[in-house]
Amino acid sequence: MRTPVVVIGAGQAGLAMSRNLANRSIDHVVLDRGDVAHSWRTERWESLRLLTPNWMTRLPGHRYDGPDPDGFMTKDEVIGLLESYARRIDAPIVAHVEVLSVRAMNPGFEVATDRGTWSCDAVVAATGASSEPRLPPVAAVIPGRLQQLNALQYRSPSQLADGGVLVVGASASGVQISDELRRAGREVTVAVGDHVRVPRSYRGRDIHWWMDAIGQLDERYDEVEDIGRARRLPSLQLIGGPSLRTLDLNTLADAGVRVVGKVMRVANGRAQCSGALANVLASADLKQDRLLERIDAFAHERGLDAQLLEPSRPERTKIGVGELELDLSQFASIVWATGYRPQYTWLDRAAFDHRGNITHDGGVCALDGLYLMGLPFMRRRKSSFIDGVASDARDLAGHVHAHLDHLARV
Amino acid sequence: MTNTHTPVADNGVNIEALRGARQALTDMPAAAQFQWRASCEWVKGTHSRTTMSNFFGLGQEHNHRMAHTLDADHPEVFASEDNGATPPELVLGALAACLTAGVATVATNRGIQLRSVTATVEAGMDLQGILGIDGDVRNGFDGVKVTFAIDADASRSDIEAIVAQSQKRSAVFDIMSNPTNIAVVVA
Repeated sequence: MRTPVVVIGAGQAGLAMSRNLANRSIDHVVLDRGDVAHSWRTERWESLRLLTPNWMTRLPGHRYDGPDPDGFMTKDEVIGLLESYARRIDAPIVAHVEVLSVRAMNPGFEVATDRGTWSCDAVVAATGASSEPRLPPVAAVIPGRLQQLNALQYRSPSQLADGGVLVVGASASGVQISDELRRAGREVTVAVGDHVRVPRSYRGRDIHWWMDAIGQLDERYDEVEDIGRARRLPSLQLIGGPSLRTLDLNTLADAGVRVVGKVMRVANGRAQCSGALANVLASADLKQDRLLERIDAFAHERGLDAQLLEPSRPERTKIGVGELELDLSQFASIVWATGYRPQYTWLDRAAFDHRGNITHDGGVCALDGLYLMGLPFMRRRKSSFIDGVASDARDLAGHVHAHLDHLARV
Repeated sequence: MTNTHTPVADNGVNIEALRGARQALTDMPAAAQFQWRASCEWVKGTHSRTTMSNFFGLGQEHNHRMAHTLDADHPEVFASEDNGATPPELVLGALAACLTAGVATVATNRGIQLRSVTATVEAGMDLQGILGIDGDVRNGFDGVKVTFAIDADASRSDIEAIVAQSQKRSAVFDIMSNPTNIAVVVA
C-alpha cells in the first residue's frame, strides 16, 4: 500500500495532524493499534478527569460550546470528544493495526504492520508521551509478596489487595491515586520526590486560565533556558473534578496519608527513603510562590486587580520529618506513579542518538521525513496537553508539506 | 539568551568555565566519570591522618596542586589526645563546605552578589549506639540541621531558593540523605 503520509496514533495529536494534512490536501492514513483514543480507553483510571478546564480543551476547528466551560471532562467524555471529532473531520483512520516497524528507505519509509506494509514519504509518530511507565530501579527488587501496579494499570481502589498501599510519586497521578485510595478507607503512604505544586485556582481563576493568560503555556522550546530540564519537569500536582479543589500534600496529610521521602533502596524487606524530603517540599513551595508572584505582576500590569480576589499565598507544606525506613510488611500493594515515557521500539534506529534518545528539533526529526507529536514541551509548554496539539500540528504539517514538495522536485 | 538579562556577580566563581564544562560533559558523558580517593594512615591511638592527593576524571589521572591532609582523633573526654576533629565532625564539615560551595555557584549563576555566607551545622548523636549499650540506637546522627546566614543583594525568597538549589545539586547532601552501598574489604 502506498500513501504520502502515515500518521501513527489516533489520539488527539494524530487527529489534529490528520485535520491539518487534510486542510493541505495531503493524502494520508492514521493507524491505531485500537480505536480512536485507544490509550484513553485502556490505560486510564476510572475516576480520571482532565486537569485542564473544558473551555481549554480545544482541537483544530473545535471549541467547547457545552454548558460547563469551567468543568473538567471525565475520561469517557474525552473519548466521546475524540470519537466525534474523528467523525467530523472524517479522518482516514485504519483501526486495529499494530505497527511492527518503521524503516527509513532514504527517501521515504516502510511501515510494516500486522495488516500489511505501507510505503510513504513521511511518518508522523503521534503515539504520545505516556506509552509506558518510567519505573525506578528499585521496582525490580520489591518482594514478590507485594502486588505491584503502575499508574497505567491502576483502575480503582477495589483492584488492590486488602491492606496498606505505598504510592510512589506525588505528581498528578500519584496525588490523585493516593487521594482516591485514602477516601476508599485505605492506609496510604505516599513517597515524594521532585514535584510541581500549584493551587487549583488563584484569586478566583483556574490556574490553567492564569498559565494561559500569562503566556506560560505558549512558551516555545527554543525560548527557554534549559529545554532538557523543562521537558523533564513532572506534571502539575492537580486534580480535575466536579468541584474546584486543591489537592496537595497538605490536603493528603490532613486526610491521614503518611508522607515520606523518595524511595531510594529496598533491601531485606525494608525500603529506605530519602532524607532530602524537607528540601523537596521547600523547593516546591518556593517555585509555587514564584509562579504566583508572576501572576500577581501580570494582573497588576493589566489592571485586573479590581476584578480579582486579593493576592494570597498557600500555606507552606507542613509535613514534619519523614520516616526514613519503611517495613514493607505493612503494605499489601505498591502503585508506581513515577512518570511515563514514550515508546519507540518499532522505530528505525537511525532516528536515535548514541544514548538512545530520539533526535529532533521541535518534533522535526534529524531523520528526514519523520515527525513527532504530543511529547512534553516538544514545541511549546502545552505540547503534551490536548490544547497544545492544534498549534504543533499546524506547524509540523507545514514541515511535512515542505518535505513532500522537496521530494517531488528531486 | 538569559545571560543578557542576568546581572553579573563576582563571587569568585568562574561561572563561564562551569557552564562550558556542563556542556562538554553533556556531549561526552564518559568524561563525567570521576573517582575520588582518600588514604588514611593510623598514627597512634584514635589519631589518624588522611591524605587526599589524586583523583580520576575527564578520562585521566589528576593530582591535587598539593597533597591535602586531615587529622582525625577523639576528644579528651573520650580519653584521647584530641589531635584532630572527630570523623563525624569532618562529615559535618564536608556537608557545610559542599552546600556553601553550592550557594556561591548558584548565586553567581543567578547574578546575585554575596557579601557573606555562614553555615552552622549541628547534629545529635546518642553514644549508646556506638558503645553498643542499646541495639535500637543507631550509630550515626539522629538528624542534621544546617543554618545558613547569608548577606546578599537579594530578597529572602531568592536566598531561600539559592539554598534549596544548592541542596539539590550537592554531592555530600545526597551522600548523607540517601543510602550508598559500601564495600569494605581486606587487601
